[in-house]
Amino acid sequence: MSLDLNIFFEASPDPGVTYAGMLLSGLAWTVALALLAWVLALIVGTAVGVARTLPFKWLVMLGNAYVEVFRNIPLLVQLFLWYFVLPEILPAAIGNWIKSFDAPWGPFFTALVGLGLFTSARIAEQVRAGINSLAKGQRNAGLAVGMTLGQTYRYVLLPMAARRIIPPLTSEFMTIFKNSSVALTIGVIELTAQAQQMNEFTFRTYEALGAATVIYIIVALTVNQLMALIERKSYIPGLIKQER
Amino acid sequence: MIKIDNVSKHYGPFQVLKNCSTEVKKGEVVVVCGPSGSGKSTLIKCVNALEPFQQGSITVSGVSVGDKKTNLPKLRAQVGMVFQHFELFPHMSLTENLAIAQIKVLGRRREEAMDKGMKLLERVGLKAHAHKYPGQLSGGQQQRVAIARALAMDPICMLFDEPTSALDPEMINEVLDVMVELAQEGMTMMCVTHEMGFAKKVANRVIFMDQGEIIEDREKHAFFETPASDRAQQFLSKILTH
Ligand SMILES: Nc1ncnc2c1ncn2[C@@H]1O[C@H](COP(=O)(O)OP(=O)(O)OP(=O)(O)O)[C@@H](O)[C@H]1O
Ligand SMILES: [Mg+2]
Repeated sequence: MSLDLNIFFEASPDPGVTYAGMLLSGLAWTVALALLAWVLALIVGTAVGVARTLPFKWLVMLGNAYVEVFRNIPLLVQLFLWYFVLPEILPAAIGNWIKSFDAPWGPFFTALVGLGLFTSARIAEQVRAGINSLAKGQRNAGLAVGMTLGQTYRYVLLPMAARRIIPPLTSEFMTIFKNSSVALTIGVIELTAQAQQMNEFTFRTYEALGAATVIYIIVALTVNQLMALIERKSYIPGLIKQER
Repeated sequence: MIKIDNVSKHYGPFQVLKNCSTEVKKGEVVVVCGPSGSGKSTLIKCVNALEPFQQGSITVSGVSVGDKKTNLPKLRAQVGMVFQHFELFPHMSLTENLAIAQIKVLGRRREEAMDKGMKLLERVGLKAHAHKYPGQLSGGQQQRVAIARALAMDPICMLFDEPTSALDPEMINEVLDVMVELAQEGMTMMCVTHEMGFAKKVANRVIFMDQGEIIEDREKHAFFETPASDRAQQFLSKILTH
């Protein structure tokens, strides 16, 4: 086998686009999808994770149920449910409105919601564990100086919990990029889809999939570095000593 | 100031507090002691509603703690509390630890809060450490900061839950000194502690608890010289001889 890197600069069936351009366009969709889904996952995951630590029984149960459902159904199945099943079981007006979004936006938004909520359940689990890992005393300390429960979360519990869960969050953040490739099954032409197309057009399997692999690795390393930077920035002097 | 009237508390079938009644008048220092598990922490946490109770009533400066309509954050802001494990906010510098509740709860201006914090750090002898984080201090230093954090809110009374029992012996006195000074200035204090030297020095009364009950609640000389109950006698001989 010999690698022919010139293939990337040859024109693809898309007028005016090289195969490199195809892959980069795929990368752009992958990054957009993963980042937006990540934002959604952080917001929903934090809310659900916090809810599961509040002194309100029904909220805790609701949060637990949410996590179990979204974490335990395979991502691919969830995506199919959102894309093919949901518009059919909703009232016709809403279903048709959803279906009226043409490619690429319909599949993209569906993948965004599917991937975001799937990941949010995993983040909720980390957030809950992070908050519970703080001594009960911290909650009491916040309340005892007169903070409301909301203020105690905002100023005391969440800042510490966030720092503690940076390592598992890093791994979730890297995973969401990898998981975003599932979106190709509902028609999002992201990186893996483009690599597959390139392979079909050129039969250059090693070059096409090799390029996709290298790009995914670069993305993962970037994410890793970014999170390491955040971890360094949020470092608290003397904290190791503080942990009991 | 603090009035505890016939308070009972259950954890499921287990009764932690049994008809507890006592009072801490303005300017009084009351020490609470008793064996482990006797309910001391629970009782003191009921005073600022960190623990709910099912029967009886507690009022702080006339405000009913158990009343659903009571503004608990406002009440707690007036009641200083010091914990066994300090519970400083580890992600904030000492100045921020002292300022945050002043700003967010009392609505003080930042400079005013910082100023007040600095004065209190100076008072507990830690002004030079103001920029440090709790994890960079010794236990005794952390506990002094925790006292300063409570004082920053200008509390009308202070609750202490075994403030020295997590400290190495050589650090106990630096914390007790701050507490003695506070007591002598007339602060109303309810202290769970087994430091009987502290009790002898500044307490007005000593409460002895066992199995959720207040067994003795007496003027300190009477308590130390002639404890009425066998249980208190045994307890005293145990903690005073080691
Ligand atoms: N959340 C809880 N659920 C059930 N039982 C509890 C709970 N918290 C405390 N208890 C029980 O209540 C009793 C009183 O506890 P408390 O912490 O008030 O004792 P204490 O006098 O402060 O003891 P120590 O000297 O060890 O601090 C103990 O028997 C304890 O096991
Ligand atoms: Mg205790």
